[in-house]
Amino acid sequence: MIRRLPHVDRVGVEERAATLGKRSIKTTAKQQGIRLAVSMIDLTTLEGSDTRGKVRHLCAKAVCPAPAMPEIPSVAAVCVYPSLVGVAREELEGTGVRAASVSTAFPSGQASLDLKLRDTEEAVAAGAEEIDMVISREAFLAGDDTRVMEEIVRVKEVCGDAHLKVILETAELGSYDHVRHASMLAMEAGADFIKTSTGKAASGATPGVTLVMLEAIRDYVDRSGRVVGMKAAGGVSSSKAALHRLVLVKETLGDEWLTPERFRIGASSLLNDLLMQYQKTQTGRYARPEDFSTE
Amino acid sequence: MATQDTRTSIVWDYAPAPESPDHVRLRDSYGLFIDGDFRDPGDGRRVPTINPATEEPVAEVAFAGPADVRRAVESARAAQPGWAGLSGLDRGKYLFRIARLIQERARELAIVESMDGGKPIRESRDLDVPLAAAHFFHYAGWADKLSYGMGGREVAPVGVAAQIVPWNFPLLMAAWKLAPALAAGNTAVLKPAETTPLTALLLAEVLQEAELPPGVVSIVPGDGATGAALVREPDIDKVAFTGSTAVGKDIQAALAGRGIPLTLELGGKSANIVFEDAALDQAVEGIVNGIFFNQGHVCCAGSRLLIQESVADAVIEKLWARMGRLRVGDPLDKNTDVGAINSAEQLERIEALVAAGEEEGAVRRSVACALPERGWWFAPTLFTEVAPAHRIAAEEIFGPVVSVLTFRTQAEAIEKANSTPYGLAAGIWTDKGAKAFEVASALQAGVVWQNTYNHFDPTAAFGGYKESGFGREGGMSGLRPYLRISS
Amino acid sequence: MTPRLPVRKTYKLFIGGSFVRSESGRYDRAGDFNIPRASRKDVRDAVAAARKSSTDWAARTAYNRGQILYRFAEALESRAGDIGTGSDEVGQAIDVLVHYAGWTDKFQPVLGGINPVAAPFLSFSVPEPTGVVGVLAPDEPALLGLVAELAPALAAGNTVVAVLSSERPLAGLDLGEVLGISDVPGGVVNLLSGRRAELAPALAGHHALNAIVDASADAALGAEVDKLAAESVTRVRHAAPTSSYADAVADPLSRLEAVTELKTAWHPVGA
Repeated sequence: MIRRLPHVDRVGVEERAATLGKRSIKTTAKQQGIRLAVSMIDLTTLEGSDTRGKVRHLCAKAVCPAPAMPEIPSVAAVCVYPSLVGVAREELEGTGVRAASVSTAFPSGQASLDLKLRDTEEAVAAGAEEIDMVISREAFLAGDDTRVMEEIVRVKEVCGDAHLKVILETAELGSYDHVRHASMLAMEAGADFIKTSTGKAASGATPGVTLVMLEAIRDYVDRSGRVVGMKAAGGVSSSKAALHRLVLVKETLGDEWLTPERFRIGASSLLNDLLMQYQKTQTGRYARPEDFSTE
Repeated sequence: MATQDTRTSIVWDYAPAPESPDHVRLRDSYGLFIDGDFRDPGDGRRVPTINPATEEPVAEVAFAGPADVRRAVESARAAQPGWAGLSGLDRGKYLFRIARLIQERARELAIVESMDGGKPIRESRDLDVPLAAAHFFHYAGWADKLSYGMGGREVAPVGVAAQIVPWNFPLLMAAWKLAPALAAGNTAVLKPAETTPLTALLLAEVLQEAELPPGVVSIVPGDGATGAALVREPDIDKVAFTGSTAVGKDIQAALAGRGIPLTLELGGKSANIVFEDAALDQAVEGIVNGIFFNQGHVCCAGSRLLIQESVADAVIEKLWARMGRLRVGDPLDKNTDVGAINSAEQLERIEALVAAGEEEGAVRRSVACALPERGWWFAPTLFTEVAPAHRIAAEEIFGPVVSVLTFRTQAEAIEKANSTPYGLAAGIWTDKGAKAFEVASALQAGVVWQNTYNHFDPTAAFGGYKESGFGREGGMSGLRPYLRISS
Repeated sequence: MTPRLPVRKTYKLFIGGSFVRSESGRYDRAGDFNIPRASRKDVRDAVAAARKSSTDWAARTAYNRGQILYRFAEALESRAGDIGTGSDEVGQAIDVLVHYAGWTDKFQPVLGGINPVAAPFLSFSVPEPTGVVGVLAPDEPALLGLVAELAPALAAGNTVVAVLSSERPLAGLDLGEVLGISDVPGGVVNLLSGRRAELAPALAGHHALNAIVDASADAALGAEVDKLAAESVTRVRHAAPTSSYADAVADPLSRLEAVTELKTAWHPVGA
């Protein structure tokens, strides 16, 4: 396959993304934006030290992030390793919050396709309603687009009804041209969502990367008619950063994408900052971090 | 208890985010700034300056009559030897002070610029004011290095400079004019534009704060008559004008036979050329920035959009979608992208040319946005099916209106781009560097942007070919009009 | 009433934006103060710090570097009375900083430019910072002589490791405290007090150093610096101690050229 890279101009993209970062989100827009951002969170824990207990606590937080503020919605999903997704599913049953699992030898993706498929099958069997897979950066950087796509197609097959989010790990791709190209490969191969990062790399959902992926989605949807969602993960840890991502979505894909069905934010520490900022809009006082449980 | 329902019903739009003018200290009335102080006009008069977004007066301003202009020129003449006699280092230190004071008063200056001229606060805050400070900073550093900018020759100032600036970038253009003139040891009489004198008068306060010696800069607001009087003053040594080509021609004619060096920065009908191999999303941003920046009140605006036929439909579709996201309205709202049209007169001109475009058969699309009831507004507008002979393809509209023409080959793009009496700027969008440089060298334009548009920097020369004027502002070349070789 | 007992000042080296004692634990006596006597390992740490901050400093816009150098001048002006040297010398040092603050965005078109090559290419030459510059400051004038070498190196986008005068280190150490409250990022300037004869060879022989400006006015030391520099082709500029503002700005281009590399780029013109 001859690779015809689409062009992205770094300076131009970053200028546009920075300009949108200057949108002033105040008063009611801030309140609504924060509530919207909460509803889009994939509340995530991906540590070697995760246990059933930790996941249970996280699920409770996901369903009801702020008991004292009932207008704060549940988050979109809880995202964990495959070994714990069963626990999450059990805890979340009937709440509307979805159980998501990473898979395909997350985060490096350095394993055989068979192993990646097994990984996914097990997660789905354990109750994962959403699968966050990683692309093979090894194949992508070696120029083997066919293998990148084939892996996605095969994983998608074993996902069944589970939604497939495809992680590009943009920090390892090296350029916006590559980010855009990998986005297109993932969508062509059947991704339901494309996602920036594992959260384990040097950088994640930077404004520039987010914008390039949103533009790729817009072009793909215009061409194919199939709706694809976007998940910004990695580095979105403050309310300001989250609202900036929502601005990028609103002014690139439009209001139709401002729903958890089409846009997610993968995060762990973001939720409490959103809650603190929300409380500030209510009380006019800055809150203490310890006012909100960490899980 | 939070439920699924609370999350799906959230609609999100930006709330109004107006910049508060509380911080601004405007006087009710401003005199003429002559010889270091604000003075009552002698033969001039006082007129209100109007906020184009509300049609309300912002303050009252003295307009200078011919005798007032004469006084200003005399004070500049008197101050010139002393100013030129300072060491370059000391002149530089005054300019550094001015740069710093502009930075310190940035917020106030930005708000007043938007109130007086109608431009979005985002632009006055992020571009006009910081860039004005940067110009003073840059030329401050030249003041003790002048000979390095003139091939190592010994240099001397030309003397008293008469400077006239337009209403589209009032403070920034004042900085472009004053900074190099002062660095080189000249004194100056500056005439701000009729509709936007306020930031120049705030700049006069800055000059006072900086303790700039009296007479080094005088600021005489006024209309065309004031400007005409200024360039006809006998005791001036240099004229610098930025404004329309028509007035520029008048000035050039008025100076005939007087041997006074002149620089002109005039109108344009700049081509923004999009090739099929361009990064299209960034090109669309560049098109938007090229024409809707400052409501299109930009002499170098990319008002003629040339798109290669193979991508024309795609680009127009993306552009139209992008235009729909522009936020038009209150210039003081931090989320506004397109503000008010500077004056009723300018709005009439835009409307007349747009009507001509429709009559000539071009297809008009204007963004359907709610425009405020009061004030002067024009919705961002796109013309397709434009022929090169149409008035909207040839005449400067100076508003948020872009005319699209298509081309098939590089040669045709160059031919079309050059087919105009103007030659101020051009944009080139291509991923291929070799093509960009080849096209750049073939274009008759003083500024050529590749894969960007409307970028300005104190170190980079700016100015036009042909009827867009002569002489350059910015960088080393911006010093030359204010210096002569002394030995 | 008993007179107030003053708090005495502890002088420290300035490395990587921090004030530190010599890792060697040694000190020398300067006037009424004990000052750190830096070691070869302190030289090593200072070069490492300078190298670490070099990418960021070189990547800043010329405008930003100019602003920061001017801010440095502002800071020095406000602390002029605290510098352990005469006020006239401090005034001249401030003016030198102002002068070079103005060069940050001007030496490129003066030293570089477009090359009208006889082929369809756009060819241009631009001076770029060489990287990490070592400075051997003179004994007299201790402050002006140091600032006159620091300023062009910083203006051109280099980071600096300076060995202060062994005889009169206090003015240089005071300058470090001014740097500490200026906007100059940590690690961009590193200042070492101690014995020049011990530190200069360690600095000149450090292969990560790109250029060295020797204003020590010590011919024998200069020859040794030359020899050590030759090991890794480090650029050397020997300069007489700068004695006045006029001296510092008489030939700025030579000072800037000594700490820059000229890069020529070629690009085809023709699609």
